Amino acid sequence: MMGAVRLLDAAEIRRAVTRIAHEILERNKGAQGLVLVGIAARGDDLARRLAREIKRIEGAVLPVGVLDITFYRDDIGMRAEAPEVHETRIDFDVNAQTVVLVDDVLFSGRTIRAAMDALVDFGRPAAIQLAVLVDRGHRELPIRADFVGKNAPTRKDEDVRVALEEVDGEDAVFVEEPGRGVDRP
Amino acid sequence: MNRHLLSIGDVTVEDIVRILDTAESFREVGTRVIKKVPALRGRTVVNLFYENSTRTRISFELAAKRLSADVINFSATGSSIAKGESLKDTALTLQAMGADAIVIRHSSAGAPYTLTKWVKGRVLNAGDGTHEHPTQALLDLYTIRERLGRFESLRVAIIGDVLHSRVARSLAFALVKVGADVTIAGPPTLIPPDAPAWGVQVSYDVDEVLPKLDVCYLLRVQRERQRQQYFPSVREYARLFGLTRDRVEMLPEGALIMHPGPMNRGVEIDSDVADLPQAVMEEQVTNGIAVRMSLLYLMLGGMGSEVGGDD
Repeated sequence: MMGAVRLLDAAEIRRAVTRIAHEILERNKGAQGLVLVGIAARGDDLARRLAREIKRIEGAVLPVGVLDITFYRDDIGMRAEAPEVHETRIDFDVNAQTVVLVDDVLFSGRTIRAAMDALVDFGRPAAIQLAVLVDRGHRELPIRADFVGKNAPTRKDEDVRVALEEVDGEDAVFVEEPGRGVDRP
Repeated sequence: MNRHLLSIGDVTVEDIVRILDTAESFREVGTRVIKKVPALRGRTVVNLFYENSTRTRISFELAAKRLSADVINFSATGSSIAKGESLKDTALTLQAMGADAIVIRHSSAGAPYTLTKWVKGRVLNAGDGTHEHPTQALLDLYTIRERLGRFESLRVAIIGDVLHSRVARSLAFALVKVGADVTIAGPPTLIPPDAPAWGVQVSYDVDEVLPKLDVCYLLRVQRERQRQQYFPSVREYARLFGLTRDRVEMLPEGALIMHPGPMNRGVEIDSDVADLPQAVMEEQVTNGIAVRMSLLYLMLGGMGSEVGGDD
């Protein structure tokens, strides 16, 4: 692929997910009171992988939800077409739970701001933590991740594209030249 | 999506699928602790109702509020308000106030279309005369898809006063568009003469139609029509066309019973039939909010810089 640099391969993604799972358990002193909520699309797949790792390590089965942040975006009035909506499914109570939000790439922080707004409409979590596969910098809001798979300095105009087996047929993270990637929040 | 939703002719099959898919997400929002999302914050939706309506107006109002839009209810009841100039002046006033969308119900067919000439915002037809009621048809489609999972070759009968029913027209057009097999049935005086041109079958005998149905859709008997001699008596109508307990037995297993409301229990539908589990009227109401949220979101969520101002 021209103009695309592979940032992580399948084995590196697997190791990053395993490490984050360990860190989540270490930080929270086990799996008690933990729930995972992935941000669509791909954050939900990563959340399910983290849940599998946590089950393997600790034997605990964590509830996994998926959150679509479309209705909470701050750029709705700036677009010509209403953004496409994905499924939200949080089948469990988030009240008094520690919610680990999971996303593929942390960039401006606007998606996470929207996700936190959406999450508190479901209840009042005891705490919200953030796990991301890639932190590429260029924050526009005072938001940071608690668990990071890979810190990757990028130019602001580059695209970071995460491919996951579940949706894309392969596991990889690419840094691409401007204008190549799809438009994602 | 078209700028406005005036009739089912304004939406393609792809639009319908998108509207229903988006409505599914709004159904989920309706199950949350806080049933409100900020998607249309700062937008203004006006409900302009020239005809009495409780359920449609409340449904639109709730839909707009759950999207965080500002809602103004403008009810112009009474015959003193004539068409033409008055509607125009109202339209210009709403335009000057910066309405981003106007939901209009009017006793004259075509009033929503006329409105589009005077306002910059989106216009949604909430029922115009005996013409169309497209949002009702879309919420019925949502309910059918959710319950039965498809439209293709689905056998649907719309029974009753089709001639005066904007619900029947919009629903028949929409169902034909998505590939359903539609029959309209009722007394010959209440079947529009041009009905065969809609792409539907016509029957005057409900007992012949019922055994072949996936959906039995009943229309409200508008009692004032009886005085106009469209049918001899309400009792005779109930006996010949009403969905009685005995007639329910003729429906295939799993067939849905639907009604746009408000129902006349004991006329077009027996009271205990209306309370059967396969009668999905309450689901239609709940789905109506989600479908109207979906429409407002899709029509207003992408307006970009053309948002109305107070200029």
